[in-house]
Amino acid sequence: MNAYWKTNLKYLGILLPIWFTVSLGFGVLLVDQLDTIRLGGFKLGFWFAQQGAIYVFVILIFVYAFLMNRLDAKEKVRQRS
Amino acid sequence: MTAQAWTFALVGLTFALYIGVAVWSRAGSTGEFYVAGGRVPPVLNGMATAADWMSAASFISMAGLIAFMGRDGSVYLMGWTGGYVLLALLLAPYLRRFGKFTVPDFVGDRYYSQTARFVAVICAVFVSFTYVAGQMRGVGIVFSRFLEIDIVPGVLIGMGIVFFYAVLGGMKGITYTQVAQYCVLIFAYLVPAIFISLLMTGHVIPQIGFGSTLADGSGTFLLDSLDGLSTELGFDAYTDGRKGLLDVFAITMALMVGTAGLPHVIVRFYTVPRVSAARSSAGWALVFIALLYTSAPAVAAFARTNLLVTVSEASYESVPGWFKNWEATGLITFEDKNGDGRIQYVGDASANELTIDRDIMVLANPEIAGLPNWVIGLVAAGGLAAALSTAAGLLLVISTSVARDLLKKGLRPSITEKQELLTARITAGIAVCIAGYFGIDPPGFVAQVVAFAFGLAAASFFPAIILGIFTRRMNKFGAISGMVSGIVFTAGYIIFFKFISPELNIEAYWLFGISPEGIGALGMLINFVVATVVSHCTPAPPDSIRHLVDAIRRPGS
Repeated sequence: MNAYWKTNLKYLGILLPIWFTVSLGFGVLLVDQLDTIRLGGFKLGFWFAQQGAIYVFVILIFVYAFLMNRLDAKEKVRQRS
Repeated sequence: MTAQAWTFALVGLTFALYIGVAVWSRAGSTGEFYVAGGRVPPVLNGMATAADWMSAASFISMAGLIAFMGRDGSVYLMGWTGGYVLLALLLAPYLRRFGKFTVPDFVGDRYYSQTARFVAVICAVFVSFTYVAGQMRGVGIVFSRFLEIDIVPGVLIGMGIVFFYAVLGGMKGITYTQVAQYCVLIFAYLVPAIFISLLMTGHVIPQIGFGSTLADGSGTFLLDSLDGLSTELGFDAYTDGRKGLLDVFAITMALMVGTAGLPHVIVRFYTVPRVSAARSSAGWALVFIALLYTSAPAVAAFARTNLLVTVSEASYESVPGWFKNWEATGLITFEDKNGDGRIQYVGDASANELTIDRDIMVLANPEIAGLPNWVIGLVAAGGLAAALSTAAGLLLVISTSVARDLLKKGLRPSITEKQELLTARITAGIAVCIAGYFGIDPPGFVAQVVAFAFGLAAASFFPAIILGIFTRRMNKFGAISGMVSGIVFTAGYIIFFKFISPELNIEAYWLFGISPEGIGALGMLINFVVATVVSHCTPAPPDSIRHLVDAIRRPGS
């Protein structure tokens, strides 16, 4: 397995658990526990389920796109030398 | 100007815009017809993907569903957006790198098998048809309520428009029309949302107004007030859930994975110029989708509060005009059980006198909140934009599947590009007619099946594509047996509870408490397990396939 692919898998190994935690974790499994905490007019679990998870999703995709573009650029330099 | 005059003007104007765009961007080759020549800039592709994805259900029904389901409605919000993370991280870049036109193309080549290709074609056509019928129905509802045109001519007009730009323009025409449609639909969704947020909470941004105090000077938070109102009338508290934990988990998972596995969404990532563009394009698509999806729960809470305050204990004689208008369509019914001439809208079914169809919440919202007439016309134009853009994307998947996957790659490889293009256009034309028929005269099962298309996509395509990219060892035996067992299990479970023994469709009889809506999540697991076990007991794929997988994993060109 080459280094490029390994780094890609490492990024996925970091980002996908975050994806799982904010949605199925905070928004579903832990929603009742988090609901005891308030965020302004929201209960926190409810906020993650109806707002927060979606914002995190958007950030995750752009972070991955940024990391992979940087990795692609490095790989190009490495292949040239 | 009356609301109806505004609706005619705005719908006419937007239709003229779509036709203009279609003429300007018509397709000349199969490459342009299938994937717009692979030259769509990522931001525009993101917009087109968002319009393609957000259907009549997202625009018209979703906020209404959430308004009546409260916290349980979150499954749709997380489910229909979370799938884009999977798409951007696990599917889109590799499929773009692979660089063909369709999902069956990938499945057929990766698993070196015509059988696998045909299984994928059938799944793609089935999923797309159930979906497109729902869109045509949405067109019919908007026409009949706002323009007071019968559903039949309403659907025919919708069919005519889609026919014109899908058949003429192919993916290129559809993409640029969808960009225009996205702008119309998001404007139409946000304007009333902002108006209502201002009215109720004094905040311009609905996402913030959602968590703020009411503008009536009481200092109570909107959601607390809504919880209080709901429990007072005998409904469950809005911010509490009622469904079982595992069921909510399974439904959310099935919707996420299903979204990532839907062929009309995946194909959009073949239209961008580079692999890096496929990644950022998925991000832009989700930004544009999130604009609507984070507003929808706010709209839902506003609408629910407004509804409870307006109709509860109101005298039937003096109800506002919108109530009578919707009553005429049969989507609101009032039965004065205790004969006091007032509307009792309560949680107790025996005392409740009001039935409201969930689908009307978004369409009626501007009227309930007393917004200006042009906003009402705008919402009608937005609902049509959402339905038409999704219908066009689905018709393209159907025509591509038949012309390319079935004919060119299967039955008649000898046809020329011109003949292939003609076949694609004829298929799109036939598909429009079938879809229109379903829209006018929907078989009872259509509405139910649409919700299950996600489960079926989750249990069939998703594992086959993921395993095809992330394992080199997966062979055709594993992939085919996985797809077949996943889809047979999921479809069997759904058919049993929905059609054979609907009287047993309650939590006590469900497997692990998972409803038919969420069973696709389990079907997906079965697919993964069966595929892995079978592939380890059968011969490894040929070397050429291992090279293909290696090539997909290399940095994008």
